[in-house]
Amino acid sequence: MINIDAHNHVKGKSIYLDDIQEIHGTLYALPFDATVAHAKIKSIDLESALKTKGIVTILKAKDIPGQNQIGGIFPDEPLLADGEVHFRGQVIAIIVGTTEHHCRVAAKRIKVVYDELPVITDPREAQKQNQLIMPPRQFRLGDTTSAWSQCDYIFEGRSDVNGQEHLYIETQGAYARPKEDGSIIVSSSTQGPTAVQRMVAQVLGIPMHKVEIDTVRLGGGFGGKEDQATPWAVMVALAAQHLHKPVKMSMHRMDDMRMTGKRHPYSADFKIGLTKDLKILAYEVTHYQNAGAAADLSPAVMERTLFHSTNAYYIPNVIAKAYSCKTNLPPNTAFRGFGGPQGKFAIEAAIVKAAESLGVSPAEIQKANLVKEGDELSYGQILTQVEAQNAWETCMKNYDYESQKQRVAEFNSKNTRFKKGLAIQPICFGISFTNTMMNHARALVHIYHDGSVVVSTGGVEMGQGLNTKMLQIVVETFGINASKVRIESTNTLRVANTSPTAASAGADLNGKALQMACNALLERLKAVAQKEFTDQIIELKDEMVFANEVKTELTWKDLVLRAFTQRVALTENAHYATPTIHYDKTKEKGHPFAYHVYGTAIHEVTVDCLKGTYDFDSVNIVHDFGKSMNPTIDNGQIEGGLVQGMGWMTLEEIIYNDQGRLVSNALSTYKVPDIYSVPKVINIQHLETEGHELAIKKSKAVGEPPLMYGIGAYFAIRNAIKAFNPNADLAVNAPYTPEKVLMDLYKKS
Amino acid sequence: MIQFILNNRLVQTDRAASTTLLDFIRYDENLRGTKIGCREGDCGACTVLIGSLKEGKAQYISATSCLTPLANVYGKHVVTVEGLNLPEKLNQVQQAMVDCSGTQCGFCTPGFVNSMSGFALTCSEPTVEKAISAIDGNICRCTGYKTIERAAAKVTEQLLQKDQKNPLSWLVANSFVPDYFLTIEERLKEFQSDYSFTGQIPIGGGTDLYVQKHDELHDMDMDYLFDKKELNGIIFEGNQCKLKSSVTVSDLIENETLLHAIPNWYKYLKLLSSTPIRNIATIAGNIANGSPIGDFTIILLAMKAQLTLTNKENVGRKVMLKDFYLGYKTFDKKKDEIISEITFEVPASGKFNFEKVCKRQYLDIASVNTAMVVSLNRNTIADADVSMGGVGPIPKYLTETSAFLIGKELTATTVKEAEQLLQTELAPISDARGTEEYKRLLARQLFFAHFITLFPETIKIDNLL
Repeated sequence: MINIDAHNHVKGKSIYLDDIQEIHGTLYALPFDATVAHAKIKSIDLESALKTKGIVTILKAKDIPGQNQIGGIFPDEPLLADGEVHFRGQVIAIIVGTTEHHCRVAAKRIKVVYDELPVITDPREAQKQNQLIMPPRQFRLGDTTSAWSQCDYIFEGRSDVNGQEHLYIETQGAYARPKEDGSIIVSSSTQGPTAVQRMVAQVLGIPMHKVEIDTVRLGGGFGGKEDQATPWAVMVALAAQHLHKPVKMSMHRMDDMRMTGKRHPYSADFKIGLTKDLKILAYEVTHYQNAGAAADLSPAVMERTLFHSTNAYYIPNVIAKAYSCKTNLPPNTAFRGFGGPQGKFAIEAAIVKAAESLGVSPAEIQKANLVKEGDELSYGQILTQVEAQNAWETCMKNYDYESQKQRVAEFNSKNTRFKKGLAIQPICFGISFTNTMMNHARALVHIYHDGSVVVSTGGVEMGQGLNTKMLQIVVETFGINASKVRIESTNTLRVANTSPTAASAGADLNGKALQMACNALLERLKAVAQKEFTDQIIELKDEMVFANEVKTELTWKDLVLRAFTQRVALTENAHYATPTIHYDKTKEKGHPFAYHVYGTAIHEVTVDCLKGTYDFDSVNIVHDFGKSMNPTIDNGQIEGGLVQGMGWMTLEEIIYNDQGRLVSNALSTYKVPDIYSVPKVINIQHLETEGHELAIKKSKAVGEPPLMYGIGAYFAIRNAIKAFNPNADLAVNAPYTPEKVLMDLYKKS
Repeated sequence: MIQFILNNRLVQTDRAASTTLLDFIRYDENLRGTKIGCREGDCGACTVLIGSLKEGKAQYISATSCLTPLANVYGKHVVTVEGLNLPEKLNQVQQAMVDCSGTQCGFCTPGFVNSMSGFALTCSEPTVEKAISAIDGNICRCTGYKTIERAAAKVTEQLLQKDQKNPLSWLVANSFVPDYFLTIEERLKEFQSDYSFTGQIPIGGGTDLYVQKHDELHDMDMDYLFDKKELNGIIFEGNQCKLKSSVTVSDLIENETLLHAIPNWYKYLKLLSSTPIRNIATIAGNIANGSPIGDFTIILLAMKAQLTLTNKENVGRKVMLKDFYLGYKTFDKKKDEIISEITFEVPASGKFNFEKVCKRQYLDIASVNTAMVVSLNRNTIADADVSMGGVGPIPKYLTETSAFLIGKELTATTVKEAEQLLQTELAPISDARGTEEYKRLLARQLFFAHFITLFPETIKIDNLL
């Protein structure tokens, strides 16, 4: 089934936040932010700004009736800076005016005097100064100390990987309208309506039942609107509460880039030990996560880094440690993969370091250590239904990797200026929120007595095709046409206490709840039909009732009407909580994931060794979808995730200067892949597997895993550089921008 | 009052001429299909089509509405995604995007639909490569582009049947555009041709000014040059080419004379920004912007370009482009002068090369760019002009390096010696586009690339490195 939104998208009829029709008298809010990264605020002079044409009010911390606090995990983040600022882009005041332009004019007239304090931007420096978001955490398996003595080879090294701007094409935004009795509705471009609701209530000092959050769809999220859609929604709500008027904010791109957090940069030290037959016997890694100035989701991101610190490899002796380091940058946040990619990057760097030192291909080490059925990971989960080797071998065989390798070697022997590089990237990614309590969802289904159906879940549509998958569940359960079903906006009045749409789990959690709701309604409808067709097996398909597999005269519509007249409930609300998962943080052991997703990708790149530029010739993938319930949408997630991951590894370079100023602060200086930067060929094959019972319709979660195929792009480029400059000692420091490529091509050995 | 046709409707507005077309479309006209992604021409979410009469026929270009002042659409036909919708079904571009799953979150989609529809309207010999080129200014963060490429291929296949004698009728009959498009030519002819948005600050396409000074332009008194008849035209006299100041990059990219003289002309200009920007960005604007890495400026420096500066009294004077830049964004230009003409020597075939490296190969600003015009007398360099950008406060004509090359034998040694000298002419700084060290290395590599590209038989990479 094609994405159900596609028709409206191509006609320009889909409604995003800034497309909502404004109520007459709507005001505009503009966040006013700090221009230094760390300082005490000595004074704020609003006088001239307040006199600016069109300005209605300017709100500061003291205007907050509830708590000035929006920290989700730890209460360490004020909505509006109060007395001091901890990063450039931290919001100090909210300017409200009749037009956005007036607010921008006023912003230039606000004068803030700062007493500047030292700025830290480097996570290792923060760790040295004990500037930590929380105490470090450590996962441990086996005994590395005794394992080192059994290793034939031991290598140590360091890897660095930069952050990534989400660059959802729709910027952050929200629109608040006061309702009666002090309650409020906020339309928010958020992945987490409940998180927004909670913070609006907390800051405004009202109970959650007075706050309605509504989300139709997002123009891209990628994690950037999981936690960081919240401040803007709270700001417009605060202004609307003050002024009793509708207030809207739709952020300017440069404001958005400057004020919001990104994927976490990480630095890591690793030590890897192998036996003669290339089995990895021991691995120790210490991660330094650059969290930014407040916790945001960093503790959870750090946790997922630890969970993925050995990627798809079985290593019997592991110590994985991580520090969440507090720096004077905007608080970094969720981004597709959520720390997992950084964990994987470090182990791949360690394997490459070992391979290069031993003069073997990294692929030999990767292959020799892939996880197998029954292997235990560092956090105690025993793997079942493992497809790592199956995916690897299928990928090698189906794409004839041996021939590709020969062809590349031959090319490199004949060419000076152009060199090709290959890299293989296996993945193993755990599905579930690592915080067990978040793995639940609800769905609300109404069947109206004309036979039409409306569905609400806690899931947010952001292009991933969630609504299409939800519709498929309804249509298949009831045997009715898609035109009978409408998937409604995500709204906290209809579905409460939701987890954000994140962790790739949106379809599994909401879909399972929806399946339960639909099945309950189906049973009630069947019972109504059963009264006429006694002792016969009732089925619903093609909008008709079938009795003992024979089509009856009774239509879906008539059945629904009959149920209604018989006073049968045509509404169902179902609750689903993932079974089997648990985790004990005190022991750092448990079974946090419902299942894992596997796959393997082969990258081929050509580097122009004169200019340091590169083109990707192909990426060939074998992916474990389980039984994909929508191959069109799922393949789209693979292609899009891969390219986003490749962007992170190649072009996308976040640059802060040492004073915490974002230098790559616009699309002119921060480059995401365009149509010419993507691989010439992307092949995707579906691995034939049984799927997993805990995946919706056995169709495995697909949002985040493919991003991590992108890591292979980095190492493919490295291998091409090595073909040109074999003896240089190269750092591992992503992204591989053309600058770093050229410098490495000509680095003296 | 500004008037133009917006989709199928005449609009007349008293809004300031400097208002961006994007804001007008979205908030005055409430057409919300056109999206705001970046407001600096770098994402394409706000792409619209602009049609104007050329020799009596409506000709369409794609353009970023975020950088287009209302003045520049006076008397034209502006098409948003709503104006491409058919009453009963999807148009062919939309259908291809749906069939190939070229849309995920959908926010960038109207921009893609517009760009691809622009291709349908303008293409004469459609190829997939050209169709993809038409969407080179559109950024998508969801799909990874492969599905969009497939949609472009599907559209191209249909367009191979396009009747080039009656293109518009064919496009209407084959559900590419709604039938009101057939009425546009007649309606455009009804507009008065007088164009009178004059003011103080000269502005061409607006592609730089609206990025740099978006907020201030609200209240500025601007002199809109883009559509002034006397400022448009390309004239060839011998080996001299004369450009009027409002000539755009797109006007030049498919110019037959230049394509003939410089075989890689299209390939070079393809490295400059994106289709919707090239469609409205003027050559004079690139020069007057004075960016140290202005691509076209670098090209023109090597082609010995001369500027004509004209003041309000219409008195002109000439200045060599290489003498025009006095320092960072300061010029040999009086406040009331505009660049009215640019004259340059068209290099003989095989004598010109342009190199540009940036983070992203397309739609990006150079870390270093460089151009060279060189001619040989047997194996001796008879003439050489080398320019380089990103290596100092101004776009640089490399006087000493150019002079050094003249009279030397074309050998790897000469090139290496010249490169040593070249480094003394550079003063790059570390910034978002690279460290000083990188820019120096890149300058060397691209200088070598000129010779490797132009003289593959004589100068080989192995002899230079």
